[in-house]
Amino acid sequence: MTLQYHYTVPGDDFVHAGEASGHLKGILRQLGYPNDAIRRVAISMYEGEINMVIHANGGEIDAEIDDRGITIVLRDQGPGIPDVEKAMQEGWSTASDAIREQGFGAGMGLPNMKKYTDSMQIDTVLGVGTTITLRVDLH
Amino acid sequence: MKMKEIITLLEGRLLCGAPQDDHEFTSAFASDMMSDVLAYGQSQSLLLTGLLNQQVIRTAEMLDMRCIIFVRGKTPAEEVLTLAQEKGIAVLSTQRGMFTASGLLYSAGLRGV
Repeated sequence: MTLQYHYTVPGDDFVHAGEASGHLKGILRQLGYPNDAIRRVAISMYEGEINMVIHANGGEIDAEIDDRGITIVLRDQGPGIPDVEKAMQEGWSTASDAIREQGFGAGMGLPNMKKYTDSMQIDTVLGVGTTITLRVDLH
Repeated sequence: MKMKEIITLLEGRLLCGAPQDDHEFTSAFASDMMSDVLAYGQSQSLLLTGLLNQQVIRTAEMLDMRCIIFVRGKTPAEEVLTLAQEKGIAVLSTQRGMFTASGLLYSAGLRGV
């Protein structure tokens, strides 16, 4: 069994950010996936979704659910990540004060995504965009 | 600790959601920074915060938290409460500050990270 879902994430929209992650979480729950896997998918996808809203004026998310796990591909046409190594450090962030006032921009997004997933791949090109592929395996 | 006891202890006001009578709260996380809640609050079922936007509800949703306590007497907008209702998350408001509210809950046996 393989199920696929596609989401469009609007940019600069803090009200609706998280809807895609919430939707997929609901699907996984209906399918009876283990709570731990659901939570790991939800947190890491949500971090990615928030990043798209904050940094990239939105983007597209494709989720694929199979019997062995969940793959999430987050694609944006934002500015790209100039220094991936730095961006992976906890506490390093380029978010504005306005974003911090919304409760984000602590520099925990990418490290969190790595922490909660079994694999994470970042493909980024400056001025073109970023694609992040996340995989959560069922153990 | 049951939700009823939390409400009494913090002289809280239930703004929306069921009192979740069946649930025994054992731990909590307190922060205005949702990034940190997502990083460290994974196994907590209670969130204390002074941040009032939709993303507080979303964050709690992703972490399977059951109750949010808004400190410093803050009350979120109606649409934020509606979202919490939709997600089955109970929302309280207390006049206590984050430090005092956390201290009271800790003294009564709740633990955190």
